[in-house]
Amino acid sequence: MNNNADKIIKIDGVDVPFKDGQTIMDAALAADIYIPHLCHKPGLSPHGSCKLCTVDVNGRPASSCTMPASEGQEIANNTPALNEVRKSITQMLFIEGNHLCPSCEKTGDCTLQAIGYHLGMLDGHFPQFYPRREVDASHGSLVLDRDRCIMCELCVRASRECDGKNVFTISGRGTNRHLIVNSDSGKLVDSDIELEDMAAHICPVGAILIKDHGYEVPIGRRTFDIHSVAETDLDDVILTKVRHHDE
Amino acid sequence: MSKVRVGTTSLGGCFGCHMSFLDMDERIVGLMEHVEFTRSPINDIKHCEPCDIGLIEGALCNADNVHVLKEFRENCKIIIAVGACAINGGVPAMRNHFSLQECLEEAFLDEIGVDNPHIPNNKELPLLLSKVHPIHEVVKVDYYLPGCPPPADAFVKVLTDLLEGKEPSLPKEMLHYD
Ligand code: SF4
Ligand code: SF4
Ligand code: FES
Repeated sequence: MNNNADKIIKIDGVDVPFKDGQTIMDAALAADIYIPHLCHKPGLSPHGSCKLCTVDVNGRPASSCTMPASEGQEIANNTPALNEVRKSITQMLFIEGNHLCPSCEKTGDCTLQAIGYHLGMLDGHFPQFYPRREVDASHGSLVLDRDRCIMCELCVRASRECDGKNVFTISGRGTNRHLIVNSDSGKLVDSDIELEDMAAHICPVGAILIKDHGYEVPIGRRTFDIHSVAETDLDDVILTKVRHHDE
Repeated sequence: MSKVRVGTTSLGGCFGCHMSFLDMDERIVGLMEHVEFTRSPINDIKHCEPCDIGLIEGALCNADNVHVLKEFRENCKIIIAVGACAINGGVPAMRNHFSLQECLEEAFLDEIGVDNPHIPNNKELPLLLSKVHPIHEVVKVDYYLPGCPPPADAFVKVLTDLLEGKEPSLPKEMLHYD
């Protein structure tokens, strides 16, 4: 155990301690170093799909949320080149869905949007897909608006790993990929999701929303109106919705 | 020194960006010492003359929007896409989920309270595009000013930067998509 505490990786030249079994992301989060990420949440198994957390490990790109930390790694994270690539990824996420922030309840509390701000994204750059996706408002207290789903699978994992259920999964391939609900009708109302479930609150964007509480905090005074994503503990953000609901 | 010439227009927008521009209140007096408006809803001049800066609000929703946008691009040295609609289609692009026919039927035939239901087809009316598009899909855009609308301070900052010959920039806290 003792020699465990001494192990070090370097992130942008800073010594960061890690324990065996930790990923680069785990070590960075523990050291308060921000690596942009959307599909990762501590406590859930890493997914490695959004690629925003890409860093250069000894000169080779790797996803920090899945790459185990190991002695001797020299990691580049906050570099103009990596942030430019991350910005392009963020732009693709915007144009592949229908992200019209002014009409979205999640605006100001949305991690995708906050990463756009953090990276200085001004426009979607690529031609808009404007896909037509189904909205499921069948449930009494939840809405699933697939227009804004970025397929991060946080809800999928939260349902399986924390709630002990299996409410969501991703279906289809390529541009036809979409989130489906595990119920006979395919509707949320017929699934076993409950408002108390982590899956109901974990969505980093405005795809799974709690009904009737979207405007309790006015636009302009929300989490990322006040903090940048880099200085905010992302756990706090995800849980904010729960707190609003209970207040 | 001659004044910097600025043109502005609202394509498929709500004029909210123009209202926000005017929210600069008395600061517009100082600005007018350096700037003069060519075509703009502010002075109701209808045609674009060669000018330095074009501020474009709104998305491309109909054939006239495309025509006006191209006129601006031909006449302006710098085009700035102002607001969410110009940048990604914004709220007008919500109609992209539906066919044009469905939209027209909903608005002019089926909507509750419609009087004398018929779809207007006067020759004077510009043809609607089948989908709404952001402006950078049709012309080259030089700068983007996000926000719905961008705050007056952001307009002041961008125009001040340009007047000083600098690349316009915004402090992070002024960058908003809503
Ligand atoms: S989910 Fe986020 S990025 Fe998408 S429209 Fe809503 S606030 Fe904007
Ligand atoms: S609904 Fe939200 S949490 Fe689930 S996959 Fe889509 S974006 Fe991720
Ligand atoms: S956070 Fe690592 S790939 Fe998404």
